[in-house]
Amino acid sequence: MSESLIEGPEAEASLVSARGLDKRFGLTRALQGVEFSARAGEIHAVLGENGAGKSTLMKILAGVIRPDAGELSLGGEAYQPNDPAAAQRAGVAIVHQEPQLCEHLTVSENMSLGAEQTRGGLLDRRAMEQHARRALQELLPDAEAMSIRPEQLLAELGPGPRQLVAIARALASADCRVLILDEPTSSLARSDVEHLFAALRRLRERGLCIVYISHFLEEVMRIADRYTVLRDGAAVGLGEVADATLDEWIRLMVGRDVRDLYPRSEHQSGEVALELDDVWTGAGGPAPLTLRRGEVLGIAGLVGAGRTELLRAVFGLDGVRRGQIRVGAYAGPASPAIRLNQGVGMLSEDRQAEGLAATMSIRDNIILSKLRAFVWPRRARREATRWIEKLDIACRDPDQRVGELSGGNQQKVALARLLRHDVDVLLLDEPTRGIDVASRAQIYGLIDDLASRGRAVLMVSSYLPELFGVCDRIAVMCRGRLGVARPVADLDPESVLHEAAVAS
Amino acid sequence: MRAFIERLLSRPWFGPLGALLAVYLLFAGLRPDTFAHAGNLEMMARQTVVVAICAVGMTLIMIKGGIDLSVGSVVALTTVVVARGLQAGLSPWTAAALGVAAAASCGALNGILVAGLRITPFIVTLGTMSIMRGVAKGLAGEQKIDANAAGLDEWMAILPPEYGFLVVSPGVWLALGLSALAAGALVYTRYGRHIVAIGSNERAARLCGVPVARVTVMTYALAGVLAGMAGVMEFGTLTVGDPTDSLGLELEVIAAVVIGGGSLSGGQGSIAGSLLGALLMTVIKTGCTHVGVPNWVQEILTGVIIVVAVALDRWRQQPRQSSSAH
Ligand SMILES: Nc1ncnc2c1ncn2[C@@H]1O[C@H](COP(=O)(O)OP(=O)(O)OP(=O)(O)O)[C@@H](O)[C@H]1O
Ligand SMILES: [Mg+2]
Repeated sequence: MSESLIEGPEAEASLVSARGLDKRFGLTRALQGVEFSARAGEIHAVLGENGAGKSTLMKILAGVIRPDAGELSLGGEAYQPNDPAAAQRAGVAIVHQEPQLCEHLTVSENMSLGAEQTRGGLLDRRAMEQHARRALQELLPDAEAMSIRPEQLLAELGPGPRQLVAIARALASADCRVLILDEPTSSLARSDVEHLFAALRRLRERGLCIVYISHFLEEVMRIADRYTVLRDGAAVGLGEVADATLDEWIRLMVGRDVRDLYPRSEHQSGEVALELDDVWTGAGGPAPLTLRRGEVLGIAGLVGAGRTELLRAVFGLDGVRRGQIRVGAYAGPASPAIRLNQGVGMLSEDRQAEGLAATMSIRDNIILSKLRAFVWPRRARREATRWIEKLDIACRDPDQRVGELSGGNQQKVALARLLRHDVDVLLLDEPTRGIDVASRAQIYGLIDDLASRGRAVLMVSSYLPELFGVCDRIAVMCRGRLGVARPVADLDPESVLHEAAVAS
Repeated sequence: MRAFIERLLSRPWFGPLGALLAVYLLFAGLRPDTFAHAGNLEMMARQTVVVAICAVGMTLIMIKGGIDLSVGSVVALTTVVVARGLQAGLSPWTAAALGVAAAASCGALNGILVAGLRITPFIVTLGTMSIMRGVAKGLAGEQKIDANAAGLDEWMAILPPEYGFLVVSPGVWLALGLSALAAGALVYTRYGRHIVAIGSNERAARLCGVPVARVTVMTYALAGVLAGMAGVMEFGTLTVGDPTDSLGLELEVIAAVVIGGGSLSGGQGSIAGSLLGALLMTVIKTGCTHVGVPNWVQEILTGVIIVVAVALDRWRQQPRQSSSAH
């Protein structure tokens, strides 16, 4: 069916296109005969479930990997990038799903990496910093963008600002014609998303072709002009966004209907499971909080508001500056090992650097947090297989390395580990980051189920619809200060956004 | 079939095993009567024992993402301690135990410095390499210490006929036994999985409640114990305590681990591979001597093998490596 997608006039209008792309990784067929075409001056969304092959297709376009079969063309000519540098020279730049930047370098060094400016053989720092500042300003004209300073070390930035740096870097590359963004908003705050969209629209006016991957379908509806849907490594739909509906997309992506995105049952809130008393973290404070068993409490706020710091402090990864954290009746010192023993588990927002060990197998990652003195690989495998089935993780087998999985499936592995540990208090930091609709519904179902079985869930998310869909109460954090948690029924998205942006 | 071959290729010890067979067959073909002789095989096995035992510890450390430059010095120190013990009239077992204990404390010290001070292991062990060498020299009064080996030499000697059923010297069995224990521990124990996890992604390991500092100290201490046992074997070979012995041993040991698929950035490596790597280097050395190749050519050859082995390993992992470009 895909043959017919880009026949005739489509082929002429297109700036970048692919025909009959095949790619396999070992035994996994990531792409089979993909057809793709995007035009200049449009924002073209690529949709699909986790593991559908979106990132693979984009990596091929950007010269990161080479297809096994198929042809690419760019501006009407055959296009065969041998490496990312070649693709960039041809005018194709990519921002990867997991931003690839060097923590030990400054923002400006990162932005001119590989294209450093020199004067008399020495690095021209001033020029590089100016270049970086300009690029950032172009992306985010507001003063807020300047909270990222060019001379700052990248390690000091959270995932959101990092993502912005990565995008600015791609944009700043010389004469970019095609800009590929692989899930650029999955770690961005609402306000940054708006900045990004404004920037993308401006780039579209300039005639750039923007290829945009996202699992936030509502977002895609707003920003994109046309779309391509991938399923199991093949293109199954191409059309105008204006003519499409969410249901149609989901049907195309999943191959069936997804009924209930936010399944909800009665939650019975019980005794206090976690109590924060006047807690100050590195990001500020105070953060008073009472989490009860059987409830899902959401923390909303902007990226950088200190939500991650708070979860990390609760889990004992970072120290607290002041105040007391009580888990049940216990108020002593904390470390991840102690917390896990007390039945507190955490899902990190940064699965690449902290959540998972990429070179280890799915099995090893799932069982890692709760090992007996002796490990039986056979038994561990069986157990991993159970979780893979339970969470629908798309993989070859439990021994596959986690690094080979698609982004969304990696997240599911991290979640599986937590669920396997069967903790009483779950600290979830952006639990559905990069996860497709169908799996998201599944994860919401799991969270709901946990709460109805008396577990306590503390969930940080930048995706408001999800907080409103899943949580019983929501508290808003702004510059380290945590507001009062109120029942969702008493809240609306506008007031939450307002509270998140303005310190009271 | 394809899957089977892919699985075989993905085994970390597959490369070194192929290289070992190739090099062995080459020399056996060149000198069929002397090199391929059973006695020569037995001798090569014995000559590999010290490097092999050290390589077991080094593999654990390198999988964890560390390195230990002090093994050579620790082995030398152990020979001195054992010799001094024997001189003082201790029984051979007590002297050996004393040597191992000394080496274990050196290892534990490495671990405590790495975990406690958060200094990179390369620098810590560069320091302790010099410290331990100095301690050994001081303890020995800067000279070799003669002592009655009192049976410790039998571990590394050619088997007397009445023990023919053992096939190879006890020292070789010790190396094999320790390797089997370590290889099993890596796969079948919590401790082993923790080592791999820390080497693969230390932050993720910490998030999972892995006691990173404790595992670190334990691993270096364990490597110290192993270096101590290697030191006792070395004493058995030398039958003197020699503070200047085993200079540069650490590089040989690291080379064995790297040839065996270990990576300096952690998370990778296998005991079997390291053993094969150690054996490969002995075979090259012995083979070159048999064929009459001068020493300098041997050294060049060993260097080439190291680089080629690692390059091949990269190439072998290529299709999977692209995943790290996510
Ligand atoms: N380097 C690799 N080695 C092995 N398999 C891989 C590799 N990269 C991708 N795959 C597999 O190819 C398939 C497509 O992956 P891809 O990353 O393109 O999915 P995706 O559509 O981007 O998913 P997500 O929305 O989760 O990011 C998956 O089944 C994945 O496991
Ligand atoms: Mg992807």
